[in-house]
Amino acid sequence: MEGFVMPDKVDKWLDTNTFHHGEFWDILKLVELKEKQGLKISLCIPTLNEELTIGKEIVIFRSELMERYPLIDEFAVIDSGSKDKTLEVAASFGADTYKAKDILPKVGDKPGKGENLWKAIYQLKGDIIIYVDADIANIHPRFVTGIVGPLLLNPKTKYCKAFYDRPITFSSGVRASGGGRVTEILIRPLFSLFFPELAALIQPLSGEFAVRREVLEEIPFPIGYGVETAHILDVYTRWGLEAFAQCDLDQRIHRNQSTTALGKMSFGILQTFLNRMKRYDMVNKLPEMATLYRQFQAEGNRYELLEKSIIEDERPPMITIPEYCKKFGIKCQK
Amino acid sequence: MPNNINSILDLIPAHRAALHPLREILLANAMMLGELPAPTFGEEKRIAFLGNRFTEEGLHNISIDEVPGNCMAMIPGTVGEQNILICAHADTVFSNKVDHAMSVTKDTIRGPGIGDNSLGLAALATLPNILKRLKIRFNDNLILLGCTRSLGHGNLGGIKFFLENNKFPLRSGICVEGIQLGRLSYASVGMLRGEINLSMPSQYDWTNFGATNAVTLLTRIVQGIQSISIPTEPKTKIIFGSMNTGTSFATQPTSASLRFEIRSEADGMVSLLRDQIADLIEEIATQSRTDITLTVVAHRKHGGLDYSHPMVKSMRKILGALHINPYIDPSVGELSELIRANIPSVTLGLTTGQHKNEYNETIDIEPTFDGLAQLIALINSIDGGICDA
Repeated sequence: MEGFVMPDKVDKWLDTNTFHHGEFWDILKLVELKEKQGLKISLCIPTLNEELTIGKEIVIFRSELMERYPLIDEFAVIDSGSKDKTLEVAASFGADTYKAKDILPKVGDKPGKGENLWKAIYQLKGDIIIYVDADIANIHPRFVTGIVGPLLLNPKTKYCKAFYDRPITFSSGVRASGGGRVTEILIRPLFSLFFPELAALIQPLSGEFAVRREVLEEIPFPIGYGVETAHILDVYTRWGLEAFAQCDLDQRIHRNQSTTALGKMSFGILQTFLNRMKRYDMVNKLPEMATLYRQFQAEGNRYELLEKSIIEDERPPMITIPEYCKKFGIKCQK
Repeated sequence: MPNNINSILDLIPAHRAALHPLREILLANAMMLGELPAPTFGEEKRIAFLGNRFTEEGLHNISIDEVPGNCMAMIPGTVGEQNILICAHADTVFSNKVDHAMSVTKDTIRGPGIGDNSLGLAALATLPNILKRLKIRFNDNLILLGCTRSLGHGNLGGIKFFLENNKFPLRSGICVEGIQLGRLSYASVGMLRGEINLSMPSQYDWTNFGATNAVTLLTRIVQGIQSISIPTEPKTKIIFGSMNTGTSFATQPTSASLRFEIRSEADGMVSLLRDQIADLIEEIATQSRTDITLTVVAHRKHGGLDYSHPMVKSMRKILGALHINPYIDPSVGELSELIRANIPSVTLGLTTGQHKNEYNETIDIEPTFDGLAQLIALINSIDGGICDA
């Protein structure tokens, strides 16, 4: 079976909870929504040796989202121990800068981006915390407005993920759409098998997301590669698919990682995933193996789940086939 | 409003200091504009950005003309009887295909076109905010204009269209360029921008004695132009901008083109040199039995303010107060059209920078505050009547 069969719930979620950043172009309206709900918003940029891109992020976010429109109440760079001038450049443009090891010193210091994200919950005061990676070359206010907008629109939305990149355009206007290599090779197959609804997230590993504090303070944080995967699984098992939203931020230009680096990342993510399977008591109670693989295609700003049935059927060892045994004059095994 | 130059000069240090908190807004505008490609004839995105900024700041008379697509807005003055034009060109020399990503260090911004002229355009976009923060109101209306089609084949199409159709009589004009700080242009240099195109006939007999190809012919043309006698005073020069010909190592090229510019401060010198070049290529075309054409892409007349004009004097004093040595640089940009329209005008630069029109074009951040303080002081001087002749 192959086609556009859409489970109703996922179909509805895609319609109501998938946005395009263009829907949040009016920053003044977002500020009004924020003030009406009495919310404070913090922005955290986790860094490690990002001197080439951090300056521009800070200048543009401070100018557009603090000076011109007071959408962001607080803005911090939390660093994992950069050896370059990341903190110097960030401070020169007025960002509050912190070393992760100096936050909550009693709990110690662990290496990894997840550590920065976790410590940001303690350091920052916002009701919503927005995380944006520091390596984005084409930074723009939409990287914030696009992911905080859905939370300001709908109080039930707790966690909004960014997605990007629609590079392949077909003559029909329909194009393949999805995440990076690790998402498409590892995460999407795993989600399709064990948490099929989560395959509706187009880029579950994107480093840009906005989350309500009430969620962040109740979920554990792997400190390494698995933090995004763990978040999604934990939020999903506790609050369901409706807690999520996702927003198309168009193109994101960043450094490309080598296959070796992606292998390391996949290893870390797989550890996190299997840990979650244990934690949810799923290891010995695996659900019936799903056979539908879910990918995306996009037409204009509309995304559709493309389902493909993949059944990994098997043949027995040839030595159990009587015709084979007869031909070669050997005794058949049962 | 202060109406003597000394009061205006006294305000410069305070203005300069007060501009610092606006640094992120100015730089963000410069980078966001800079990341929108704007080759000549393709400035729409930058112009739309500028128009949005003018709208957000609540300016008056905001308009984007259909062709050539200039963006204009007005900051009304308290009296509003006269108008001061502040313009910056929106186009760059870089094509859409060039990576326009900007990068920032503590002291610099680097990226194609950041100095020429993303920063100049950003100053225009930020000026309403600057005046609000500095609590400055002028008697005169300020007309802010982002000009399209300025460079190369654009031949100042944007400013020409504006001046032909503008309904606000202009008292003075200021052309804003990102780099270089200290630049003081108050005269337009006579200029001719030409393109020589050469093509060999399809039946060209390569076996003939003396047969040649496009590379050789173009070289002869360049050598011929170089042998034309050029006066050192008044200043005159011929700039070879680009040559295009050939595709490989051993294929005889049959076409070639040469782009050049003649600049001269002497009346009539540009036309004289053009005629000599025309004679030269006609001679070579006849001798070589090839088609060679000379197309004049742009032409400007020499003219401008005197060194002693009150506007030039004011600028020199303002730069002096900022401890910046002015360097006099005649313009071939928007200034020449303003001068041709008898509107007293100057071109100034906002900051120091390097590698203009290269991919690694870079501007220095800190001197920009001097550049902006200079701009405000000059508007103040014009508004106060100090620049009137």
